Amino acid sequence: MELSKETLLAMYYAMLRSRRLDERAWVLHRQGKIVFHISGMGHEAAQVGAAFALKPGKDWLVPYYRDLALMLCFGLTPREFMLSLFGKQSEASSGARQMPSHFGLRRANVVSTSAPVATQIPHAAGIGLGMKMRGDDAVVVTGIGEGSTSQGEWYEGLNWAAVHKLPMICIVQNNQYAISVPSHKQMAIPNVADRAAAFGMPGAVVDGNDVLAVYRVMMDAVTRARTGGGPTLIEAKTYRPVPHSSDDDDRSYRTREEVAEWKKRDPILLFKGYLESKGRLPPALNDDYETRVLAEVDDAQKFAEAAPYPAIESAFGPVYAAEAHHA
Amino acid sequence: MPEMTLIEAIRQGMDEELARDDCVFITGEDVGPRGGVFRATQGLFEKYGPKRIIDSPLAELSIVGVGIGAAVYGMRPICEIQFADFIFPAFNQILNEAARMFYRSGGEWAAPMVIRAPYGGGVGGGLYHSQSVEAFFAHIPGLKVVIPSNPKDAKGLLKSAVRDPNPVLFLEPKKGYRLIKGFVPEGEYTVPIGPAHVSREGADLTVFAYGIMHYYCLQAAALVAKEGISAEVVDLRTLLPVDKAAIVASVRKTGKAMIVHEDNLTGGYGGEVAAIIADEAFADLDAPVKRLCGPDVPGVPFSHPMQDWFMPNPEKIAKAMKELAAY
Amino acid sequence: MPQLGESVVEGAIAKWLKSEGDSVKEFEPIMEVTTDKVDTEVTATAAGVLLKILIPAGTTVTAGTLLGWIGQPTDSIPADSAVLPTHAPISADSAALSTHAPTIEPPNHPTTQPPKDLGFISPVVAKLASEHSIDLIMVKGTGAGGRITKKDVLAFIERRKAAPEEALAPWERPGDGDLFRPTELQMGPPPVVPPVVDGGDRGGADSVMPLSNMRRSIAEHMVRSKHTSAHVTTVFEVDMSKVMAHREANKAQFARDGVNLTFTAYFVSATAVALKAHPLVNSTFAGDSIVLKREVNVGVAVSLGEEGLIVPVVKNADEKSLLGLARAVNDLASRARAKQLKPDEVQGGTFTITNHGVSGSLFATPIINQPQCGILGVGAIQKRVVVVNDAIAIRPMCYITLTFDHRILDGALADYFVAKVKEVLEGWG
Repeated sequence: MELSKETLLAMYYAMLRSRRLDERAWVLHRQGKIVFHISGMGHEAAQVGAAFALKPGKDWLVPYYRDLALMLCFGLTPREFMLSLFGKQSEASSGARQMPSHFGLRRANVVSTSAPVATQIPHAAGIGLGMKMRGDDAVVVTGIGEGSTSQGEWYEGLNWAAVHKLPMICIVQNNQYAISVPSHKQMAIPNVADRAAAFGMPGAVVDGNDVLAVYRVMMDAVTRARTGGGPTLIEAKTYRPVPHSSDDDDRSYRTREEVAEWKKRDPILLFKGYLESKGRLPPALNDDYETRVLAEVDDAQKFAEAAPYPAIESAFGPVYAAEAHHA
Repeated sequence: MPEMTLIEAIRQGMDEELARDDCVFITGEDVGPRGGVFRATQGLFEKYGPKRIIDSPLAELSIVGVGIGAAVYGMRPICEIQFADFIFPAFNQILNEAARMFYRSGGEWAAPMVIRAPYGGGVGGGLYHSQSVEAFFAHIPGLKVVIPSNPKDAKGLLKSAVRDPNPVLFLEPKKGYRLIKGFVPEGEYTVPIGPAHVSREGADLTVFAYGIMHYYCLQAAALVAKEGISAEVVDLRTLLPVDKAAIVASVRKTGKAMIVHEDNLTGGYGGEVAAIIADEAFADLDAPVKRLCGPDVPGVPFSHPMQDWFMPNPEKIAKAMKELAAY
Repeated sequence: MPQLGESVVEGAIAKWLKSEGDSVKEFEPIMEVTTDKVDTEVTATAAGVLLKILIPAGTTVTAGTLLGWIGQPTDSIPADSAVLPTHAPISADSAALSTHAPTIEPPNHPTTQPPKDLGFISPVVAKLASEHSIDLIMVKGTGAGGRITKKDVLAFIERRKAAPEEALAPWERPGDGDLFRPTELQMGPPPVVPPVVDGGDRGGADSVMPLSNMRRSIAEHMVRSKHTSAHVTTVFEVDMSKVMAHREANKAQFARDGVNLTFTAYFVSATAVALKAHPLVNSTFAGDSIVLKREVNVGVAVSLGEEGLIVPVVKNADEKSLLGLARAVNDLASRARAKQLKPDEVQGGTFTITNHGVSGSLFATPIINQPQCGILGVGAIQKRVVVVNDAIAIRPMCYITLTFDHRILDGALADYFVAKVKEVLEGWG
């Protein structure tokens, strides 16, 4: 399972692009240009590692709001993300009806999501059920935070997946906090993945800041799913180095020392060091990547700022679909 | 034209849709070999097998949530909630997910599915096997709410619901499952979702109803006809989207309107009908709009005399018709 | 301009007590009006701001003329307000104690049909009548309480189609040839309440005012009373000098106790004394007997403006001081206007007083409040020239009347009773 140099660099670029786009969103919020941002920062390794194990266009994704890096890997463009931040016309997920980061992308098999957490888990099971009924060898992946695993929806969705041996993978991105509530107040066990045994499916704990480790665990799960082996619960241990959202102040619930400690294990920093140690990422190439990413982010921002707002009429509807939406 | 019961018509409708489209499948509690606790799916497991007639875990929210996932994947699920009383764990899935899917994704995604639920009292079901839940759901844009009152409509509306590109809540008057019989056309037909039906022409007053109450209203209309009162009976059939034109047209004709439902009065669907009449047919009114509804108590009591007190019946309806006619 | 008395047709504004822009309370005097019969203050019919004075002081106008507008500061005044003569926003003092029916303007357009209560007119009936130019007076109602239903109107239209001559002018319609019938049969029963006519020439059609429950009940009660008792009225004149002096001297003291010392309190007090002195007046005719009432419970008629009137009862009036009576009258009257009376507060009266003088009436012949024996009418207090000890003097005079049931009382005893009331009032202090 040796990854090519090109793949490794593509993973690195995907992580870098997500990070720089994310950072720009915070800047735009603090400039007063946008009203809300919810960050995927720190989760890039978990998401990019997962994405590279999948086949975009064939596999299905039921994401949650931190899955920016996953979305970019599945084909969301930086321009489209910026349109969502600004609530501009032709926003890809919802036509700017939803808040930013409530992802969905029909052309990439990414199902529209809402804000109540864990509601998407039964959907993923239903998609898996459809795949199984049709005999498709596709896989459905769903992302979720560890806090949301307290919801009944999570249990019911995974239970269905296990009972019917559905080609479904649930990646719990355990960043230690549900907004301010630490995971030990969320559950009495050290690992979410320990619950997999109770469902009757394999569970795996992985370092969510190590993109290659996540990729390997994901590859196992994807192979199992594609070959009729059923679902897998993956818990990627990671950290959110920024507040929950643009409206949160994390100083009220955790120390700066704790955050600084985790920043030393920043997934991009770790992967960059790895690539450098293998001689895969000379400084000039990294500079080149940074320049390219910056250009993409600048272009996306300019594009979104110049874009028109949706017409008021687009709030009217349609409320009902007029024709069948078969996949 | 064969005569059959309401439940036979529903079963036949599902059977024909299962045969017509491989994407159609049924899930719910006890829908498999048992054929459903009301026998709505009797024989279908034997005919279509466990892959398409799926006994679900005993968990309503995921019956609907998994159905949503399957629907977005391109399947056409028919999700059975064993009693409407138990639908509320799935309320969030219906309200926040199924009904909003199309609008929130800018028309990219839709959740074409049928949620069947037997509703209503008069069967000795007490507080938790007798509820009428339509008012909660008729408030949800993006959802369609259908309640048949006779076998012909039940089959035709169910087939339309299965083919509708939107989520349809199909509420079945369980007291009428075997009580209400009628002729059902041979061969393929559907009854469109939306239009109400004038089931008895009259001149003196209009009664709006649906489900078993419509059945009772026809009986009551026959009773008062002996006393020279000509009552028009309108079967609303589709509560959402509501057929305003039919409501207004009948009130224009008769000048007097009454709404009958067994759901309790306050906040009930009758209030919506009354408001439509007040908005659009005020100048045609010759009497106050009356509502004959279940009382505002938390449920249908179990013991027979108390249950009879709760339930509207043909005699109560006839009395109210006479009072309105005399106004 | 209120109609200050039965025969009064016009009045002059002596003085505006408020200026445009002043805020006014309901029942607060806002102008002084002079007529050829009485001079009086007219009080506000509503709270708000005096937005506009249409008729300046010193001008004489006919009754029913719009004098000004009271409203909220943000309200706009209708441009054609000057030509709305009858439903004046400032009109008769609705605080008046009176058994008179609310002032109702005579119809501007005499109708050829007997007045008739049409009952509730539903939206569709109104629409059909308008579309088909139907005078609803012509339509027989078969609905609840004789209400005209949609079916009645549709049937009328059908009949009219079938018999187009129905639409002929009255003088072209053939008579039915039955000469010299009793007029009751030709004209129908006499009206209980004349129809209210939307005055002015806006469209020229009469307008129909459905009966409120209160109006219906008053109507029934009044007619029943007239059919029950043998009404006779006797009139006395009272010199109110001592009462006025006492009231002037004690008004402030009562006000400190939170009580508005009204003339009504004096009349209730004097009446209670007279009822104790002549218990036969405090009685009920019971067919084969006369029931003398142990308690002296005096009803006081309170006008609710156009809506009607109500008669709260001062229980055991003979046991109360003037302060107690004034307090009770204040309390009952204010709660009557606020519609907060309890049912038992309008029951159990043994005698009634109506202070019709508040609206300028000099004397009246009120109708007995059944099943009582009598009702005392109190007219307006006016300074009049009188002869005192063979000298001409100016005294505040007031006509009081007793309308009594002649089945119970003979004239002499009735006069003794009123004389007692007069004696108490003239000797006050």
